[in-house]
Amino acid sequence: MSNVDLSVSIGSLRLRNPIMLASGTVGYGNEIAEFTDLNSVGAIVTKSLSLKPRKGNPPQRIVETPAGMLNSIGLANVGVEVFIKEKIQFLKKYDVPLICNIAASMLDEYVECTKILTVEDAIKAFEINVSCPNVQDGGLQFGNDIHAVGKVTEKVRAATNKPVIIKLSPNVSYIADFARIVKQEGGDAVSSINTLVGTSFNIFTKKPKIFSVTGGLSGPAIKPVALAKVLEIKRCVDIPIIGIGGIMNWQDVIEFMIVGASAVQLGTVNFINPSASKEILIGLEEYCIKQNIEKLSELTGSFIL
Amino acid sequence: MFILNAPVKELIELDHKIFLQKIYCPDIASTIKPGQFLNIKVSNSYYPLLRRPFSVCDVENDYIYLMFNILGEGTKLLAAKKINETVDILGPLGNGFNYEDDFGVAVIVGGGLGAAPFPFLIRCLKNKSDVLTFIGGRSTHDVITYGMKNTLTSTDDGTTGFKGTVIDLLGKNISLLKDKKIKIFGCGPNAMLKALKNFSLKNEFDCEVSTECAMACGFGICQGCPIETTNNRDSYLLVCKDGPVFNIKDVVL
Repeated sequence: MSNVDLSVSIGSLRLRNPIMLASGTVGYGNEIAEFTDLNSVGAIVTKSLSLKPRKGNPPQRIVETPAGMLNSIGLANVGVEVFIKEKIQFLKKYDVPLICNIAASMLDEYVECTKILTVEDAIKAFEINVSCPNVQDGGLQFGNDIHAVGKVTEKVRAATNKPVIIKLSPNVSYIADFARIVKQEGGDAVSSINTLVGTSFNIFTKKPKIFSVTGGLSGPAIKPVALAKVLEIKRCVDIPIIGIGGIMNWQDVIEFMIVGASAVQLGTVNFINPSASKEILIGLEEYCIKQNIEKLSELTGSFIL
Repeated sequence: MFILNAPVKELIELDHKIFLQKIYCPDIASTIKPGQFLNIKVSNSYYPLLRRPFSVCDVENDYIYLMFNILGEGTKLLAAKKINETVDILGPLGNGFNYEDDFGVAVIVGGGLGAAPFPFLIRCLKNKSDVLTFIGGRSTHDVITYGMKNTLTSTDDGTTGFKGTVIDLLGKNISLLKDKKIKIFGCGPNAMLKALKNFSLKNEFDCEVSTECAMACGFGICQGCPIETTNNRDSYLLVCKDGPVFNIKDVVL
């Protein structure tokens, strides 16, 4: 064992290391547990939960793109009630902070979900999805409307005393404006970024390759965009940032931390290499030893321009 | 379930760009059931990014065989693997065929590359039941009879075997199926599966099919491969985890 301290803080939330598993890429934990020791990661973010179960979109939901993929799952989930009754039991077996991601179509639904879930001890924080691009009635309108994001933050803040993280949309001109309003309304942190809106067409049938025409682009293709958004927020607003977007290895984690992330989330990489978090944690520790870094969190925002 | 690197040992071109790849992989060979699949990463780079699902065509001692044709970048890279170069395999995944039930004749129905999982199934049925195989394709080159047994063929254009669909061929030979306890195992394009569903429901034949859907992870976390079921229209099952093999009466095709 080395003496490297990998722990990080996001507001009052303390994590043993900065590696979180992103919402929608680890289900409710049981499938990925075959490949990853859930006790070794910093936190797990659940699949987006809504008040009622959601069936999600018909196929095709996924298409591969250069260095990325488009998805349009449509927030398929079991709903908060089944989550509490069935799914959370599995996650309770692990000593890992659980962050509940909430997706809703209306302001009241965000508040109600938060109130129902906040009484669960295993849930250590909330990540509010105001930016899913794949539901007709859902997140994107919230994510694009700065006043709506402010309102959601304020109302959810009032519904829980646990940390509130707002997951921001990259499909806006100035993401720092959104981070600023989250801070003003009492949010504890922002996750940056959710997927970028994209599409892909079949050139012979002239039809879209995914059912909902557009989907969310993720994977290495979006990493430079995500880094720029994290940097923009870091330079403008004093709020903890969770960096997300195309992280595939430990080098990517370091890069996100340098531009301003306090922690990161692994998303698409879980589909390709479900034991990526293990390899990344080893890489981070070795980097710190070689670079004489005692506390990994010192890297956050250490960029030199 | 394993994630491992396994060396390619041989690439055999069967006919007209249909390849059979032999891979040394004792862990998979000793655990996989017919109808289960593997999710394979064909490159070490981000292009292509995702794994590709393949059914296992056959198993022989410590070796597995994949059957594929070169359709895109992934299969091109796979076919280009040199001997002893490795592929990154995740599997075995999903649920395979229930071939240990009580039946006297296994009726195999394959369309195009949908024939891929059947040589392994037929191998497993060796001492269990008789096998009758119906294989269809658009044209001669799409009719894959490798590893089949007691085979009748059909083509849409009549260049090989019966002229018509494989389900038409099945209907024409229904006398071979009557008065015996049969179970149908099917795999092929969606139009074929739909016709097979009508055929098996009408004749009250027990029938399992292997389904297909674009997917990313292959084990249930991406939720990318929904399939609708007849008994619950409020939620989807997943092809990767709940399938890919389903009883044909349970799925909406």
